[in-house]
Amino acid sequence: MPQSPPKDVIDHLVGIEPGSRLDTIRAARQQARDNAQASYDALFSPDDESGMSLVERRAVAAFVAGLHRQPEAAVVYYADEFAASAPAGLAAAVAAEVARGAAEGPTGRFPQAPLAGESTAAPSFAIAGEGRAALGERLAAALEHAHFLVFHPREAEPARLQRLVAAGWSTPGIVTLSQLVSFLCFQLRVVVGLRALAASPAS
Amino acid sequence: MSDTAGTPPERFTQAELDWTPWLDPLPQEALTERHWAGLVDASRSKSPYFMLLAHDPDILGARTKTDKDIFYNTKEGLPRAERELSAAAASRFNGCIYCASVHARFASQFSKRRDDVQRLLDEGVGTDLDPRWDAVVAASVALSRTPPQFGTSEIAALREAGLDDLAISDMIHGAAFFNWANRLMLSLGEPLTK
Repeated sequence: MPQSPPKDVIDHLVGIEPGSRLDTIRAARQQARDNAQASYDALFSPDDESGMSLVERRAVAAFVAGLHRQPEAAVVYYADEFAASAPAGLAAAVAAEVARGAAEGPTGRFPQAPLAGESTAAPSFAIAGEGRAALGERLAAALEHAHFLVFHPREAEPARLQRLVAAGWSTPGIVTLSQLVSFLCFQLRVVVGLRALAASPAS
Repeated sequence: MSDTAGTPPERFTQAELDWTPWLDPLPQEALTERHWAGLVDASRSKSPYFMLLAHDPDILGARTKTDKDIFYNTKEGLPRAERELSAAAASRFNGCIYCASVHARFASQFSKRRDDVQRLLDEGVGTDLDPRWDAVVAASVALSRTPPQFGTSEIAALREAGLDDLAISDMIHGAAFFNWANRLMLSLGEPLTK
């Protein structure tokens, strides 16, 4: 059974107790704290699922958190959230792609001549065969796009969006997918950072 | 050598850039009250970037309010210049020329250290600025890696450089937020020189 959702996911994943040192630090930026949570709510309790279904949202979140590997609490949280609502077999298919997609970032080619010396090889990631069949065309295309966004976003090009369109993604759906992956890149890093701060002696 | 107007910029710059979307933004006439709420400031309806993001107004509105408190709430904590430095460093590291241009400009404006900021853009995140700025840049880079490499040694270096708990939290949020912004700016359109 899924547990009742935490009131504030970042507090939950960092382990922030009311009245603690980290609680006081976050309270000094209460608008950012509330709206980071409002962002999570907008993405994961949407009023309108027409562009991207809730199962797709949770699948992509489990994938993105899994690719980050850190913080472990978030990897487990998003995997559990997905598994609690996923059709049979889908959670295992996403977990298999997390394992296959392991890489480090940011990498990628700079097309600009003066920056070419900074270009590094980006991981290639394509879902084929059984994986694609299990995920379906839409979700497979979404995970491929998410892998690019996480590890080598500077290799952006219009053709990547066209691949999503070809897989059935609308413009609002692509905007939501892009926000969801990018939001997680923010949220996971806030959790990593605040956990390190909590583990260090007070200033 | 300067870039030709209307073409993608060749290098990181503090110059003002345009940004052109690769998908159709919402047309003005399609804006409902919910979209206006998502845009937060009515003036953002003039921006193709925000009008593209307005296709999902709820997340746009929450994102904008998160952004504003992280960067504009300067009650104590990290000075605005160094919040902008964390944003510019993350953007330089991820390779977002547009985001780096905006936040390098702000870092210069608030710090009055335009040449140091330009060195970060020209030489990259490994350049030497001064011990305090180097600690902010290094920590922003460590946090921007995937998997993130940010831990207690980055915290210790930031403390050594004079940042208190709230300032460190501000730096974390500034760099983390640009891991959100960079990916949207990079993947949904491209910068063009003015």
